[in-house]
Amino acid sequence: MKTIYLDHAATTPVDPQVIETMIPYFSTYFGNASSLHSYGRDAYDALEESRKQVAELIKARKQEIIFTAGGTESDNIAIKGVAYQNKQKRQTKGPHIITSTIEHAAVLEVCKHLQTQGYKIEYLPVDTEGIVNTTELENTISKDTFLITIMTANNEIGTIQPIEKIGRIAHDHDVLFHTDAVQAIGKMNLDMAKNKVDLLSISSHKIYGPKGVGALYIREGVRIEPLIHGGGHERGLRSSTENIPGITGLGKACELAAQRMEKDTIYLKKLRDQLIKGLLEIEESFLNGHPTKRLVNNAHFRFTGIEGESLVLGLNDKGVAAATGSACSSKKLQSSHVLTAIGIDPIHAHGSLRLTLGRENTADEIAYVIKVLPEIVDHLRTMSPLWNR
Amino acid sequence: MADLYSKKVMDHFRNPKNHGEIKDADATGTVGNAVCGDLMTIYLKIKNDTIIDIKFLTFGCAAAIATSSMITELAKGKTLDEALKITRKDVADELDGLPPIKMHCSNLAADALHEAIKNYRKKKTKK
Ligand SMILES: Cc1ncc(COP(=O)(O)O)c(C=O)c1O
Repeated sequence: MKTIYLDHAATTPVDPQVIETMIPYFSTYFGNASSLHSYGRDAYDALEESRKQVAELIKARKQEIIFTAGGTESDNIAIKGVAYQNKQKRQTKGPHIITSTIEHAAVLEVCKHLQTQGYKIEYLPVDTEGIVNTTELENTISKDTFLITIMTANNEIGTIQPIEKIGRIAHDHDVLFHTDAVQAIGKMNLDMAKNKVDLLSISSHKIYGPKGVGALYIREGVRIEPLIHGGGHERGLRSSTENIPGITGLGKACELAAQRMEKDTIYLKKLRDQLIKGLLEIEESFLNGHPTKRLVNNAHFRFTGIEGESLVLGLNDKGVAAATGSACSSKKLQSSHVLTAIGIDPIHAHGSLRLTLGRENTADEIAYVIKVLPEIVDHLRTMSPLWNR
Repeated sequence: MADLYSKKVMDHFRNPKNHGEIKDADATGTVGNAVCGDLMTIYLKIKNDTIIDIKFLTFGCAAAIATSSMITELAKGKTLDEALKITRKDVADELDGLPPIKMHCSNLAADALHEAIKNYRKKKTKK
């Protein structure tokens, strides 16, 4: 059976050009980038070329990029690094961080951890479309606040936050601004020369690069405490011999993202809108998130009367790979905190479905999904006590 | 694909037996909570203390649907006393097991059956 992959927010296939770029760095140019001989210099050159490619994608300077082992690590280094650096500075009521209720676990769990270390965390609510209220944000800032961390775009419902405005507010109040851009990278323009973003997290495997590699943008002049101490790699901010194959993969993925962004976004938006239009034809189906301020590749629905895990397994039987925010599919058996935050009741949250597109998807594939999905929904509804016949 | 569930669970999920309502049921039993993600109703037709027809409606994951389908097969034709002896573990065993995390929340079918039988007996003693 032909399969259709519609879970690009979870991860993406590695682009053949990315693989080709990586291969020589496993055994031909395998050197340690710190070594003085030619093996080392080759690795070092590749490392610095990759840094340039990442920087160019977000219009940053090369020296503002450090490599990490993924999006989660970038978030940890950014938030804890800034927190530890600022612990002593402002302490009238305890050092204060502002975040949102819909962050990825890589941010929320770091904040929860910092709460146990004496930091005060404010979790800003979002509206029913998933957007943070910037007036409320500004009102929440106190003289103890040293960091705002709010994601560029949400991984579940795809809502895009007003990060330019948030950056300006942070800057006006002399507060640092970190944003998790793991889902946004390559799908929208992010310009560090224009935006007042101080730290920005990137993950390679969401943009057709390999897993286990990421990057963190740290604006020049922003000081953070390292979490990983050792040989002083990455300006002492992240020690450990650099993962050159992974890093060259991320570099190439960024270069391709920059080249393809314009075409990709137009193409993905068209497919996404075709999908949304088609699936909203289903009785009692709803779009979650914002109608326009959403990632070009994200379509997120809820269907009354059915449960998401059943829906995802039903789709899998038809060759379609999708995701759900249903509790039954999560490790903790809790429904999605994001859907709760936008005010969706638990029953409807269980019936949620996330379809995230990628550049290899086609209009024919979307048409196929629009054909088979209503049949699965109908089948599950005939079994459901919550469906009014 | 490596399945999350046993082949039997997937068979019952794909082709559930005895789903739907019995409009003139002699008893029904509902357990679970839609807020938690699993809600199950069992419908019974009973004659001479024997289950002559049984159907279910279930809102829930594949495990919830499969256990509902399985219980209808296990209980059909049984006397009420026999049916009361069917346990959650029997249902899971017949399905070649369930993932540990699903053993509690999505394995409610036996409870729904027992609830229906209890309701039936309550109704009869009142008459
Ligand atoms: C918004 C967001 N942040 C962080 C991460 C974590 O990235 P990684 O898997 O590279 O650690 C993800 C991916 O799941 C994500 O979607």
